[in-house]
Amino acid sequence: MLAYIARRLLYAIPILVGVNLITFALFFVVNSPDDVARVHLGGKHVTEEAMTKWKADRGYDKPLFYNPDASGADKFRETIFFDKSARLFVFDFGAADDGRDIAYDIRQRMWPSLAIAIPSLLVGLLVNITIAMILAFFRASYIDIAGVIMGVVLMSISSMFYIIGGQYLVSKSLHLVPISGYDDGVNAIKFLILPVIVGLIGGIGSGTRWYRTIFLEEINRDYVRTARAKGLLESSVLFKHVLKNAMIPILTGVVVILPILFMGSLITESFFGIPGLGSYVIDAIQAQDFAIVRAMVFLGSVLYIVGLILTDISYTLVDPRVRLN
Amino acid sequence: MDAKVTTQAAAQQADILLRVNNLKTQFSTHRGTLRAVDGVSFDVRKGETFALLGESGCGKSMTALSIMRLVPQPVGRIVEGSVHLGDVDLLQRSEMDMRSVRGGRIAMIFQEPQSSLNPVLMIGEQIIESVLCHTPLKRAQAKARVLELLDAVGIPDPVRRYKEYPHQLSGGMKQRVMIAIALAGEPELLIADEPTTALDVTIQAQVLALLSDLQKQTGMAMLFITHDLGVVSDIADRIAVMYAGQIIEQAGRDTFFSKPRHPYTCKLFESLPRANKRDESLAVIEGSVPSLLTDFSGCRFVDRCDYAWDTCRQRVPRWLGNEEYGVRCHRFDGEVEQVEHKLVEKTLETKIQAQASSHTLLKVDNLKVYFPIQKGLFKRTVGYVKAVDGVSIDIAKGRTLALVGESGCGKTTVGKGILQLITPTLGRVEFDGRELTTLDKKTMRGLRSDIQIIFQDPYSSMNPRMMVKDIIAEGMIAQNTVATRGERDRRIDELLQQVGLSVDSKQRYPHEFSGGQRQRICIARALAVKPKLIICDEPTSALDISVQAQILNLLKDLQQSQGLAYLFITHNLSVVEYLAHDVAVMYLGRIVERGPVRTVFAQPAHPYTEALLSAAPTLDDESQRDVIRLEGDLPSPAAPPVGCHFNPRCPKVMEECRRLYPEKVNLDKHHIVRCHLFKKE
Amino acid sequence: MHLLGYQFSPLWTDWLVYLLVFSGVAFFLYARRHEHLVRPWRQVAQRPLAMAAALVLMAYIVIGLADSFHIREQRDNGGVSDGPVFSSEVVSLLDIALTTLRERQEKTYSAPFALNSYAKESIELAAGAIVRDYPRLQYGGAHLEDLSQRQADIIAKALRALIESVLVFLVITAMLNYMLSRRQAHGFSRQLLLLIRGDSKLPWRSLLLTGFAITLTSLLLVRLAPYYHVLGTDKVGQDVLYLSLKSIRTGLVIGGLTTLFVLPFALTLGIMAGYFRGRIDDIIQYLYTTLSSIPSVLLIAASVLMIDVYIQNNADQFPTIAERADARLLFLCLILGVTGWVGLCRLLRGEALKLREIDYIQASQAFGVSHARILSRHILPNVMHIVLITLVLDFSGLVLAEAVLSYIGVGVDPSMISWGNMINSARLEMAREPIVWWSLVAAFIFMFLLVLCANLFSDAVRDAFDPRVHGR
Repeated sequence: MLAYIARRLLYAIPILVGVNLITFALFFVVNSPDDVARVHLGGKHVTEEAMTKWKADRGYDKPLFYNPDASGADKFRETIFFDKSARLFVFDFGAADDGRDIAYDIRQRMWPSLAIAIPSLLVGLLVNITIAMILAFFRASYIDIAGVIMGVVLMSISSMFYIIGGQYLVSKSLHLVPISGYDDGVNAIKFLILPVIVGLIGGIGSGTRWYRTIFLEEINRDYVRTARAKGLLESSVLFKHVLKNAMIPILTGVVVILPILFMGSLITESFFGIPGLGSYVIDAIQAQDFAIVRAMVFLGSVLYIVGLILTDISYTLVDPRVRLN
Repeated sequence: MDAKVTTQAAAQQADILLRVNNLKTQFSTHRGTLRAVDGVSFDVRKGETFALLGESGCGKSMTALSIMRLVPQPVGRIVEGSVHLGDVDLLQRSEMDMRSVRGGRIAMIFQEPQSSLNPVLMIGEQIIESVLCHTPLKRAQAKARVLELLDAVGIPDPVRRYKEYPHQLSGGMKQRVMIAIALAGEPELLIADEPTTALDVTIQAQVLALLSDLQKQTGMAMLFITHDLGVVSDIADRIAVMYAGQIIEQAGRDTFFSKPRHPYTCKLFESLPRANKRDESLAVIEGSVPSLLTDFSGCRFVDRCDYAWDTCRQRVPRWLGNEEYGVRCHRFDGEVEQVEHKLVEKTLETKIQAQASSHTLLKVDNLKVYFPIQKGLFKRTVGYVKAVDGVSIDIAKGRTLALVGESGCGKTTVGKGILQLITPTLGRVEFDGRELTTLDKKTMRGLRSDIQIIFQDPYSSMNPRMMVKDIIAEGMIAQNTVATRGERDRRIDELLQQVGLSVDSKQRYPHEFSGGQRQRICIARALAVKPKLIICDEPTSALDISVQAQILNLLKDLQQSQGLAYLFITHNLSVVEYLAHDVAVMYLGRIVERGPVRTVFAQPAHPYTEALLSAAPTLDDESQRDVIRLEGDLPSPAAPPVGCHFNPRCPKVMEECRRLYPEKVNLDKHHIVRCHLFKKE
Repeated sequence: MHLLGYQFSPLWTDWLVYLLVFSGVAFFLYARRHEHLVRPWRQVAQRPLAMAAALVLMAYIVIGLADSFHIREQRDNGGVSDGPVFSSEVVSLLDIALTTLRERQEKTYSAPFALNSYAKESIELAAGAIVRDYPRLQYGGAHLEDLSQRQADIIAKALRALIESVLVFLVITAMLNYMLSRRQAHGFSRQLLLLIRGDSKLPWRSLLLTGFAITLTSLLLVRLAPYYHVLGTDKVGQDVLYLSLKSIRTGLVIGGLTTLFVLPFALTLGIMAGYFRGRIDDIIQYLYTTLSSIPSVLLIAASVLMIDVYIQNNADQFPTIAERADARLLFLCLILGVTGWVGLCRLLRGEALKLREIDYIQASQAFGVSHARILSRHILPNVMHIVLITLVLDFSGLVLAEAVLSYIGVGVDPSMISWGNMINSARLEMAREPIVWWSLVAAFIFMFLLVLCANLFSDAVRDAFDPRVHGR
């Protein structure tokens, strides 16, 4: 087991190097630091001095990969690549354009993101699985057909309309909870209810559909016939035999996104004004703050890879057939 | 019921456990209504074994599921008939009541033990469920009962097994677990739906013996569903033959085997390959089973029947006789005007065996195919699965060598190793004087027309997206065997005729053909490049008996006319007896015995060969044969037993068997065995 | 190339749209000759809901295509040069058809069918006095004297559209029924009865009803839109109906062109990885694991940000706003393709892994058939159903993604008309009283209809092509 995890971690290194190279290429090779500086400083008529200063402030005035002016190992260390990309490996994210410490901001903003993401995930799982079970139980009846069509309809609505609709109905017309904003501690709840509910409704369509397919696939298997031939109740066939098998793809599907939950939801956080990592990214994009985007890309990749490893481990926990080696 | 029943009938009545009457089960498909079970009636008496025999798709499994009321919903439904268990009609009971019947009064086991057990529940849990459901036992007592059951079905170390999962058990063990589940409710009737079809011969023998032992102990009745005449003759008391959704003949075991009546049954017997038919072609039932979507207006067998006359087409034959001994055929109906049958006695031409040629076509020497097992941080190779571990065989021109063994013994890998589809780890494959293992890819490509292969599964062996002509042409194009397109088309026509298909089949797609026809196309495809050797990898295992005979005849004819050599890979011993000249028996990657078929079958030397031969169910019961029952399963080729691989299962095991793998011993010029029982002179 | 005073001047995305249409037609012709492709399509064609959805999709596609033929109008050359001089403004056929809508621009917001503006303004009365009031719109309902006439006018125009569409419906039904009765050899009235009962192999009844709904909607718009702003106007006074119709192309291009970029990557790499295994597989797997480990929104955001910088720095390569927006749209499709091929590639790799062990591939290898031929003749045709299912299922997701990305600011160019941009600008007005709802509702309806139909249609395609669903 440990050897397996160690091996997976080793495999993660080349992937992270790849991610790093891709981001580096995107941010520094597609456009030279000069180009970026010019755009940031507002167009064509930018003085040379302003540009030099802008670059120096952000450490973009070094060569990309190799610094012939430096000595020894500094030839490689005194470069943009080392400063901006290689340092990411030790989670040294540096400072944003406005001078704030990115790592500090991420640590701060992670919690509001989680405060929305975790309840949304749990409530969503519970509701979606329940509905999917009901549909599977009444498979091929009118309840099932109506449920499936309803699911397609719900799926066809953009998530933004759920948010706008929810804000209009609940906050603006009924004045039940604030439209947007955030507070610390228990006070946060009144700001979180609406995003969670909206997220739930927005996800019901695709969620139930996915789980229903899994259930139906399991229901058609031979062992279910065996269970029925034993004379078990249909409900215990469904809950004990089918659910237990269906939980394998469901759980592992959830585990892979667990780490990503930290990253928050861009749209939800932005609409509801929640100071999480999602809105952090949006703000960075709108301010064209590349340092933050770069840091978040790297962090996202790390979390995704952690998710993959956790998925493999969770397989061994829920599926007796899988052994790690 | 009629009031005027005779006492004798009443006594019989009391004896009857299950009475199925005019059962009809239909499926709605997008092509119409499929009449899977179309008016089936039979009785099962207490304590007896009643066999339902039929080819695939005849509705026998659906009959069983209908009795259990487990027909797949919502596409299938029981539309007519009654199923009386004792005096209750199961079809009239509520779903609630039905649950106490399922697993309680009637239990069922299925064909695929692999998929029939829940992969994520412990074995014990799956059995205890049934115990708790059908007995008043509390959980602690129930657990004791489960251990008892595991013991009863011959699973060693029940306490440990209780906590294991299905994937940790072998196929035979899983089927034993299924039986334990079935026994948990102490059923009066056990429905066994092809319970041994997925198992190897030696394991099949174990399971069949277990079933009859259990039947003796508990007195339960068995409804045994199978396609295998051999198995039927082994265990059945009474037999009903199903064809296209109906029972067409029913009789007691002895009558059935001595005096079959329905033309279909008779033909089935004749089409079985046997040693004494070696020099003749097998009888075949032409054509295939009619689609169950048809609304039949005559006899269902009419298109394939040698006796059929006009009445057979116009009138549906009625059931003649009683539930004991009956047939559904106009030939035996006194009320139907009979016609004189001038049966064209098909001249069963005597085949002259190809002269044993001294020219060795293929010579395989010490072939080894190992697959590495990788483990740990850097995927170090920690061991090898020795799929093929030093196999030596040779085949002369125009001869057939059968490679026999149970699943997992490496026989298919030998075939692929010879073809160089898998690169052998070691050893030599010499074909027509050329060493193949050292050839570069390009040279090998040029030689590929000489060796061809036919696969087991006729459904996966052809690209479903290609027309038959393109399938056959593929090899010719790749090998450049014909110069022009016109010539190629002519050759395709010729090949199709040669394998007995009409020329217009070439414009059609594989899915439009039946299994047997597909196998013919595969043979035509192989022949297209004029090979000298064809590797036949279980070419008839997926086919029904009547179709199997067609293919075996075709293979035999082709050998006669074209001097082909075959490497015939199979587990079916009667086919070997009929077709092959020489046989090699494989066990765990090695050949344990090799020699001419007649010699090996008459005087098997290796205990494994002996056991295989005795375990295969046959119809020739002159000498109520002694089944040598092998204990246990085939060990894993990753960790073969020390010494002789066969020693843990060998009934004649000796001290030195556990230490040393035996050397080759020549019993005579051609008969070789590897066993410590025989010493080098 | 010019004709009748117009110069044909397609944008980059136009060419690719033509390529997409061309491949679609080519695939259709190919499929017609292959039984295994005709069969599932026939099954799709028998599903009423799917066919109704397909008809609606067709309507969208027609609008999208009309918006993909870009031309410049000839201008008076003023005698300066010899040849014709063309306007620098590129317009599409759709723009020309919607000239009335396009040119009737108000000052600012106005509600659907409004006669007056949404915002108060200082109006100079004839007497010279100045009052603050809601001014009359310049175009919306300009033919009316005052508000009291509006209702009657709308009803009259709507009734006319209704009668016309009923007539069209009857004519088409009669023609279809005649055709069917000829083919089926039923009498005309008997066939009509069958048609009404919905008793036909193809779901003609659903198709006719959907056709009627489409005809009615279009005729209503044809009759009403020239006189009113049926869906209101936006902040700068542009007709929202016009914006909604123009957004169709953007949505379709993103949903459709992305597949053009996804396909070559996913197909070649996926099949090769699965078939060859070994080193090639390792490299391809590394490639897609790396790409997929970057959260796609962030990768898209980063790429779009950088292309934005590039466009701004090389403004001279993109002389017109339309061309700049087009370049960004094209790039967005490309980057969506780059992030989107991984899923399909993984599926294809898995399938190819399974296929390479299957008997007919082994048989081909035993014939010495070359790898290239095995890939093209055996593997490719047998994974096509997966490709098709994935592509149609992905389409609706991409249309939805456009809106989200445009909202974040990494979608299409802000100057490009799209549902995302419509929602984005309307959202800012959420706080206003009375609420400016019409842009949102318009974008919602147009998007919802497209995505719903795409989902319904793709479900039918999946059911027909997926062998697992088939086997049941």
